[in-house]
Amino acid sequence: MRKLALSDEILLSIDKPARYIGGEVNAVWKDKDQVDVRVAMCFPDVYEIGMSHLGIQILYELFNRRPDVWCERVYSPWTDLDKIMRERDIPLFALESQDRIRDFDFLGITIQYEMCYTNILQILDLSGIPLLAKERDDTCPLVIGGGPCTYNPEPLADFFDLFYIGEGETSYDALIDLYKEHRQRGFRREDFLADAARVPGIYVPSLYHTSYHADGTIASFEPLRGDIPPVIQKQIVMDLDAAPYPLAPIVPFIKVTQDRVVLEIQRGCIRGCRFCQAGMLYRPTRQRSVENLKRIADEMLKNTGHEEISLSSLSSSDYPELEELVNYLIDVCGGKKINISLPSLRIDAFSLDVMGKVQDVRKSSLTFAPEAGSQRLRNVINKGLTEEDILKGAGDAFAGGWNKVKLYFMLGLPTETEEDRKEIAHLAEKIAVRYYEIPKEQRTGKCQITVSTSFFVPKPFTPFQWAPMCTKGEFLGHARTVNHEIKDQKNHKSVRYHWHEADVTVLEGLLARGDRRIGAVIADAYRHGALYDAWTDEFKREIWEQAFVNTGIDPDFYTVRKREENEIFPWDFIDMGVKKSYLWREWQRAQEEKVTENCRAKCSGCGAACYGGGVCFESKN
Amino acid sequence: MKFIGHLDVMRCFQKAMRRADIPISFTEGFSPHMVMSFALPLGVGLTSSGEYMDIEVDAPVPSKDAVRRLNEAMPEGLQVLSFRQIEEGKAAKAMTLVAAADYTVFFKQAERWPKDWPERLREFEAKEHIIAAKKTKTSEKEEDIRPMIGRLEPREDGIFMTLSAGSAANLKPELVMEAFAAHCGITLPEPDLGLRINREDLYGKKTAHGAGSVPWAEDLISLQDMGREIES
Repeated sequence: MRKLALSDEILLSIDKPARYIGGEVNAVWKDKDQVDVRVAMCFPDVYEIGMSHLGIQILYELFNRRPDVWCERVYSPWTDLDKIMRERDIPLFALESQDRIRDFDFLGITIQYEMCYTNILQILDLSGIPLLAKERDDTCPLVIGGGPCTYNPEPLADFFDLFYIGEGETSYDALIDLYKEHRQRGFRREDFLADAARVPGIYVPSLYHTSYHADGTIASFEPLRGDIPPVIQKQIVMDLDAAPYPLAPIVPFIKVTQDRVVLEIQRGCIRGCRFCQAGMLYRPTRQRSVENLKRIADEMLKNTGHEEISLSSLSSSDYPELEELVNYLIDVCGGKKINISLPSLRIDAFSLDVMGKVQDVRKSSLTFAPEAGSQRLRNVINKGLTEEDILKGAGDAFAGGWNKVKLYFMLGLPTETEEDRKEIAHLAEKIAVRYYEIPKEQRTGKCQITVSTSFFVPKPFTPFQWAPMCTKGEFLGHARTVNHEIKDQKNHKSVRYHWHEADVTVLEGLLARGDRRIGAVIADAYRHGALYDAWTDEFKREIWEQAFVNTGIDPDFYTVRKREENEIFPWDFIDMGVKKSYLWREWQRAQEEKVTENCRAKCSGCGAACYGGGVCFESKN
Repeated sequence: MKFIGHLDVMRCFQKAMRRADIPISFTEGFSPHMVMSFALPLGVGLTSSGEYMDIEVDAPVPSKDAVRRLNEAMPEGLQVLSFRQIEEGKAAKAMTLVAAADYTVFFKQAERWPKDWPERLREFEAKEHIIAAKKTKTSEKEEDIRPMIGRLEPREDGIFMTLSAGSAANLKPELVMEAFAAHCGITLPEPDLGLRINREDLYGKKTAHGAGSVPWAEDLISLQDMGREIES
C-alpha cells in the first residue's frame, strides 16, 4: 500500500477525497532514490479542472520519459481541505509519492488564466515556500511558471524564480541538465538562476529591472547583468509529429471536466481574430499529420479505456485533412460505442453531416461564435463569419432536425455602439424566424436559442492591446441593452440570454495587462482571503477593492486607460515572433473596419515566418 | 480504493473493461451503456475482499484469460479474483441475489472500548430486540435490527459479523456498531466512528424463502459459488 499524506479521518471528512490520493491508472511511479531530479507539476485549481488540461499531461510525459526525473502532480486543495491543512499545519504534497512539495527540486506551475493567481500563492503558502522569490533559500524548490499567462509574467514576477516562455517541448531538457550540473558542483540558487537566464525561453524576473515615468508608464526594462539577454525568445515546436505526446494519459477515478481522450490536431490558428490572444501567441499554425493522429487516437483509446474522444484545436475546420480524420474516427469508434466530440467546427454542409453521424441531433445544440452582433463590428474584430453564413448554417441545421442553437458574443469591443449591441438581439431573432419558416408539421417543437455574452478583455500581444476596457457600469449597461432588445422582439420566448459577471472581468483585464507593481495587490488580496477567484461563488470583490486601497494602486490605470503607440508594455521584452508593428497595423485596420485575410489566403507579414515553418511555408513546400 | 465512491468504482470498471478488451454487451438506443451492475454498493470508507458485479458479454471469454486481462488493466487496490458464468434468466442480476454479507470491524483505538467488551458483545447478541435509529436520506426511524443480525463474534481488536444485505433488508455494520457502543455506554467519533470496516463476502440464499424470513448460516451460499468457471 502506498502511504497517504492525509489521515483516513481527514479524507473521510472532506468532499471528494479521491482528489488527493493519487494512484490513478497510468500515473507514473518511480523509485525516488533512483532519480536525480524531482519535479512537482501544478495546475493551480481544483483537481477536476487541473486533470482536464492537456498541457500538463504533455509535460508529465516529457519529464517522465527521462529516467533521471520523476515528475508528479499537485493541484489546489479545495477550500475544505485548505482550512484543515492550515489549522493542523499539514504541508502540501504531491499526488504520486505523497511527499512534501517543499522537498522537491522544481515546482512547475502552469498559468492558464488570470483568475488563478491567488491560488498560486495558496500552493506556495501551503507548501511552506516563501511567497516572495527573494526570500527563498537554497533548500526551496525552484518555482517556475509556464502557460499563456506567462506572456505577461510581470504581475507574478515577485513570486516566481523563473518563467518558461513558450511551448515546453523545446528547452526543458536543457534546463534540467543545467540543474543537475549545478547540483553536482554544489548548488547555489543565485548561480543557477544566472546560468538558467541564458537558456532559450527562460526568464528570471529577479535579474531584470523596470523603471517608470512620472505618469506611471514604463520608462525602461533592462537586465541587471550584461551576460543575459534583454529579450526573451518564445519557444515553439516546429515538428509536432516528432514532439512527445501522452499516449497513456492518467485516467482519474472521479469524473473530471475533460473525461475523454484529447487529440490535439494542430497548434495555432490562421484566422487572426483581433481580440484573440491564443490566435497570436501560437503562430505560426502547425499541424500533426493525419497518419500520426490516427495512431495516437488508437493508442490513447486503448490505454485509457475512455468512452469519448475529442479533437482539440483553436479552429478544427481549418485542419486540412479533417474529413479523413473524422471518417477514420467514425469507423474505429462506431463499433466500440465510443463518442466523438468535435468542438470548434464551422457550421457548414460537411460539419452538419458529420455531427449528424456522431451525436444525437435531438439533444445536441449547434454553436456559433459571431462574437459581435453587426457586420461592421465583426469586421473590426476580423471575425470572418457573416450573417449569411450563420443563417444558412442554422437553416440547414433546422432542416436536419436540430432545434437548439447557442450564440456567443462579446460586449465592450473597441468602437462598439448601441446599434452594434442591439444587432445581437436582431441576429437571434432572425435565426428564430428562420426556424419558424419551416412548415409546422416538420418542426420538432419550439426552437431554443441561447445567447451568451462575455465582456471583452484586451490581452497582451493582440491588436487590441492598446484598447481601453469598459468600466463595470458600462459593461452592465451594455448587457441591459441586449436584454431589453431581446425581450422586445416577437420571438423572445425562444431566446434565452446569459451574461457574465462584470467584477471578475474588470479584475481579469487588470491582471492581464498589469505590471510588476500589481504583485503587491495579488499578495494583499491573498493574505486577506482571496482564493479560487475564478469560481463565482468564491470570488470576493471587497477583498480586491480593499487590496487596491491598501497598496495605493489605481485599477483604472491598467484597464480604462488608452495606450499610445510608443508606450512600452510590461510584456514587450518577449519576442513572440509576431511583431509589435504588425499588431499596431492591425489595430489601425480595426478602426478602419478593414478585414485582414487569413494566413492561408494571404500572408499579412506578421513576423511569425521567422520560425521557418508551419502555415507560413505551406505553399512553398 | 476506499475513498472512491461506488459510482466512480463503476466508471473505473467500465474503462477497465475497454482496456482489457472484454467483449461486453451494450444496451440499445442512441446512448448505449455497458450491461453491468454491482451486487451491493460499498460505502465510502469501507474496504472489501468480496465484491461482485455481473456483466453481459457478446462472446465468452475463458475465466483465466479474463482475470489476467482485467488485472493488467486495474489500478492498484482493485483486483479481479474470479470471472464466472452465471445462469441466464433467474440469476441474471447479482443484485437480486444478495441476501447477506460478512464484515470484519476493527477498532482503531481499542482503548476507547471497555476491557470486557467481548462479554458485552455476548449480552448484546443475546438481546431479543435491538432498537436502532435507521437513517435514510430524508428521515430517521427507530427499528429493531436484531432480526437482521446473523452472527456476531469477537476477534482480536474487532468483531466479525454476518448481516442481512440486499434490497429486501439491508443492515450496515456502522449501525450495529453504534448500537453496540450505546450498549457499552460509549459514543463513537465522526467521521468514521473510529472503526476500520472490511466487507468479507456476499451471500445469496440456497433456498427460496418467503418475504421477511431471514436465512442464516446453513442457507447461505457465497455468490462466488453460484457461477462456474469458463474453460477455454
